[in-house]
Formats: sequence, structure tokens, C-alpha cells
Amino acid sequence: MSLVEITFLILSVIAIGSALMTVLSKNPIHSAIYLLICFSSIAGHYLLLNAQFLFIVHIIVYSGAIMVLFLTTLMLLNLNEETEQHKPAMARLGALVAAIILGLVLVAAVSKTATLMPMNNNTVDIGSIKALGKVLMDEYFYPFEFISILLLSAMVGVVLLTKKEKTAVA
Amino acid sequence: MTPMLAILDVVSIKYYLILSAFLFTIGVFGVLFRRNAITIFMCVELMLNSVNLLLVAFSTYHHDASGQVFVFFVMAVAAAEVAVGLAILVTIFRNIHSVDIDDLKALKN
Repeated sequence: MSLVEITFLILSVIAIGSALMTVLSKNPIHSAIYLLICFSSIAGHYLLLNAQFLFIVHIIVYSGAIMVLFLTTLMLLNLNEETEQHKPAMARLGALVAAIILGLVLVAAVSKTATLMPMNNNTVDIGSIKALGKVLMDEYFYPFEFISILLLSAMVGVVLLTKKEKTAVA
Repeated sequence: MTPMLAILDVVSIKYYLILSAFLFTIGVFGVLFRRNAITIFMCVELMLNSVNLLLVAFSTYHHDASGQVFVFFVMAVAAAEVAVGLAILVTIFRNIHSVDIDDLKALKN
């Protein structure tokens, strides 16, 4: 086994294990921390796949912004105790069976697929900021601008949603 | 310039497909299994991330940067979605003092 294979294997095991712990741990704060580990291992996969720009963005957006949002909300709502009740046993069993069947179907479909297109062995760098920025500004300029509108409207919506209605009667 | 590490020569794309399938399944399982709405959000993020990973893997496989641009867009939309979703959850918590999805039955009458 080469070093690359070992790195892939370790990252995959960490990703799947921490994803499972995200679902199974009772305390929501622990879930958030395990999710952080899972995101970090996915960032490692991006680095293995030569997507340096996405690696940086993934760390900033997920490990930075989204985890801070989750943890702040958890602390704001005071959910750090283990207050959550479990679903009834039948519902949990049903969830488990449904997930296992979905996983079986996905893995079976994936392992039976034939490769239609051969791998492109071009070695030109596509994952760097320079290369991605060119594609982003040439081919995907309008979607890129619409993203800014989406983020702006999300920001306005969040402020509007969480504002307390003081003048409800007047 | 040093040659890029070609991981897909060593690790087949099929392993990435299987890894993403597993991560997506775990996300679906979490959505069905948990009652806490914030944990359900985390599982939705997990599903989005598994798809992102697959997009990056195929972008490297086909040597096409469009896949990575799409991942960038997915990340932006996920950030907006989480912000709005958590704001809605905070508003719900203010009203019924719970984020348990089994308590959100006001529309069901």
C-alpha cells in the first residue's frame, strides 16, 4: 500500500466514524464537535484531490462560519444538557432499516456501474485559485453575482426573522 | 512546476463513490433518527458535503473545473440555508420553548 492509499483510508475512516458519532451522540454539542472532525477529514480529501482553493474555502466556511453558527445557536437555546427525548423504538428501528436499505441500494448501484468515460490524465492544475477564478469569472459570472444577491437576502431575512416584534399592538 | 499528485491513479473513483454513498446514508439516517431540529440540520449538512466530495472527485477525474465551481456554489447556498434555518429555529424556540420536531404540530391541528 502506498502512502496515498493509507492517507485516503485513514481520512475515510475518520469521516465515516465521526459522521456516525454525529448522529449517535446524545449531547448536541458533542454532535457539533464530531461534525467538525468530519468536515476536517473531508477537507483533507479535497487536498488529496488537488482542490486547494476548495480546501481553504471549506475550512473557512464549514469549520469556521457554519460551526460557529451551530455552536452559538446551541448555547443560545441552552441545549447543552441531554434534554432530548428519543423517538419511539419503532420509529428508530424504521429509520435504521430505511437507512440500511438506502445504503445497500446506493452501494449496489455504484459497484455495478461501468466506467463510460476514461479518466482524463491531463496534468494542468485546475484547483488553484488562479485557474478556478478564471472559470468562475468567464463561464459562471452571472451565477456568481446571483450568489451575492442570495447571501444578501439571506442576511436581511435572518435579521428580520430574529428581530423581536416590539410594536405588535400598535 | 512539479507534477501534480494523481490520486485517482492510485485510489479508484469507485472508492470515492462508495465513501460518498456511506456519508449520504449516514446523513439520511440522522435525519430520520433524531428529534432535535439542530442535529437534523447537521445531518443535512453532512449530506450536502458527501455530494460536494463526489463533485470534486469527478471534477478531478474529468479534469474539468466546472465541478469545483459548482461545489463553491453549493457551499454558498448551504451557508445561506443554515443561517436562515437556524434563525427560524431560534424564532420557534422563542414561541414554544422547544426545538423538538415532534412538538412542531401547530399546522397539523
